[in-house]
Amino acid sequence: MQSHSLTSATVEHIRKRYFSTLTNSIISVLFSVLMLWVVWNLLDWALFSAVFGAENKHACESAVGACWSVIGARWRLILFGLYPYEEHWRSAIACLVIVIVTILSCVPIFWSAKRITGLWISGFVTFYVLMSGGYFGLTAIPELNWGGLSLTIFIFASVAIIGMPLAIVFALLRRSELPLVAKTMGLVIDTIRSLPLLSIMFTFAIVLPFVLPEWLIGEKLYRVIFGYSLFFACYQAEIIRGGIQALPAGQEDAAKALGMGYWHRVGYIILPQAFRNALPPTINQFVITFKETSLVVIVGFFDVIASGNAAFGTSDWSFAHIEVYAFIALIFFVFVFSLSRYGAYLERRLGVVNH
Amino acid sequence: MTSLLKNKKVRDITLQVSFVGSIVLLLCVFFITAKTNLDAQGITSGFGFLDRATGWQINFSLIEYGSSSTYFTAIKVGIINSLFVGFISLILATLLGFTIGAMRTSGNGMAELIGAIFVEIFRNIPLLLQLFFWYALLISLPNPKATQLVFDSVALTGRGVFIPGLNITSQAALMAASVATMLIGIMCWVKITRRFNSVSFDLQKTLLRVIPVIGLVAVAAIIFLGRIPDTSLVNVPYLKGLNYKEGIRISPELLACIIAISIYGASYIAEIIRAGFNAVGKGQSEAGYALGLSRWHIFTRIRLPLAIRIVMPTMINQYVWLFKATTIGIAVGFVDFFMVISTSINQSGQTLELIGILMGVFLAINYSIAWLLNRVNDAIKLQGTQLRI
Repeated sequence: MQSHSLTSATVEHIRKRYFSTLTNSIISVLFSVLMLWVVWNLLDWALFSAVFGAENKHACESAVGACWSVIGARWRLILFGLYPYEEHWRSAIACLVIVIVTILSCVPIFWSAKRITGLWISGFVTFYVLMSGGYFGLTAIPELNWGGLSLTIFIFASVAIIGMPLAIVFALLRRSELPLVAKTMGLVIDTIRSLPLLSIMFTFAIVLPFVLPEWLIGEKLYRVIFGYSLFFACYQAEIIRGGIQALPAGQEDAAKALGMGYWHRVGYIILPQAFRNALPPTINQFVITFKETSLVVIVGFFDVIASGNAAFGTSDWSFAHIEVYAFIALIFFVFVFSLSRYGAYLERRLGVVNH
Repeated sequence: MTSLLKNKKVRDITLQVSFVGSIVLLLCVFFITAKTNLDAQGITSGFGFLDRATGWQINFSLIEYGSSSTYFTAIKVGIINSLFVGFISLILATLLGFTIGAMRTSGNGMAELIGAIFVEIFRNIPLLLQLFFWYALLISLPNPKATQLVFDSVALTGRGVFIPGLNITSQAALMAASVATMLIGIMCWVKITRRFNSVSFDLQKTLLRVIPVIGLVAVAAIIFLGRIPDTSLVNVPYLKGLNYKEGIRISPELLACIIAISIYGASYIAEIIRAGFNAVGKGQSEAGYALGLSRWHIFTRIRLPLAIRIVMPTMINQYVWLFKATTIGIAVGFVDFFMVISTSINQSGQTLELIGILMGVFLAINYSIAWLLNRVNDAIKLQGTQLRI
């Protein structure tokens, strides 16, 4: 009886969702056919007619489907770039560390200013020591030789670590009671926000050496990271400001009435609640930041997309660009999709708590 | 001295002055260092270089440009190219985004599934990677020699897509396009703004019928008058030697930019639209059902207008973002505004001036988009007592 009512409920559900009217039925059937066709062709290309594990390109030339052998032959280049071959394990572990740090920072236990800062700084230092070496008997490898996924992750993590404190400072300055400070900060933030990220990176990579005194120029990679952090901070500052503005005015007034000073009010009352309000858009901002890290290719860095381009750049695999791009897309997709799903989950959960 | 520091007023003024002062100081340091560096290289600052010839070619230009044209013309070409790509991508992204967004809230399980898959795939992969992908796909199309015309008019080749064109002068084409855009704009204005509510309904209806007729006549007249003499009106591409001749060639760079930006933008717009549709109260469509309206009418007359009003502010940001995204054209070699600026910096060394132009133009364009759409938003938003969603 139980199962019978269950099946009839399912049938009823399907009827309601897919076949409630004649138009609906036609649409459902059409879309189903379309989807089956696309899925079948994709599967055929990616699996049934694909070539796996071929030694060279000749095995692939006759194949109709994908040639995944290029990934087998070139995955190290795509993931690790120009990093010395014997030291690839260091790059792999370093990436893993940052991934673990990211996962851990999604756990509520770490959601306090001290813990999250400690977590990220220790993770970042581990990453840096592993990658650059020079200590503990690891051979030193300069940033110039970093590449592939680890470079992408390095830039992302640096931007997050430099950009976040900067964003808090920017948001507080923009909300300052001193009109001149607030206005100037507003002007700076709005100007940077209306410029494309690419032009910021370009300015910091290529133009800045012209306008800086020599002792300040530094490495190109760090200039770009700093520029990107500034850009990130301007966006994140507005998100934090939104979080602060969503707080009831009574919170700050009560803190003032209790005789708390500015830093206490900001540190213990305002910011913790503001971050809670701003959590979903903050995660969204991180997702966007990770995706846009890929733009560093254009100012000449060897990140995961550039190393992908190099993987089919030689004549052996020059036909296999779609396979390589699909592989890189999959890497990005795994990171970005899981992070954005987590953001959506958090939004639902916070929504439930708030109402 | 210490008593001065304890005075709140004095402290506030000191803080403000030192904050603004340090920013100004930083800018001064930049400026002076740049000046000394440029002087050392023998580059005179100022905007005089804009009148010099560039000496390089641009592979896609809507206005006349040659290697003897000035930097000023090159920058103009860049701005027009960026606006061109931005405008087309914006329209395509909106149309596609609306369709997907409507699919995701249609109530049909299959349509919702397909919409969700589309959004999740294209939103979670970086735009740059998508651009590279489409570009690689487009240039790996067969050689012109190995292709045939589709429908006797279109050729898909690795050197670009060829479509039929009109044998008219470029001025006439520009004029026809602007007349058409203007009339469409006027039509939307008549239809949307409340100013015409005071005008009788019949007049409004007549206006909406007359304007398209006027438009078609005007465009046809411009095309007829602007014909290049002694040629047929339509020219269809045909294979000659190794490549197609005649017709309009859409380069793979341009096409890849448009496809990538439109699809990526559409996946974001679809989410905005979905949120908009979901924010329209259920009671609204139920009231429509109770009145016996058809599903189509409930969609076009109730849910869509309300949803558009809800999403408008978010869409403004999205459009500004979309325009900024056109700068990635440089990655595949499409000569947009950003690429013109960066090439000019390489060639002329007038770094500061060119960066200034870059910032100025982007600020101007972004603020105009935001201003225009904010006006639209003000004109259509629900006011006062109407706001019962």
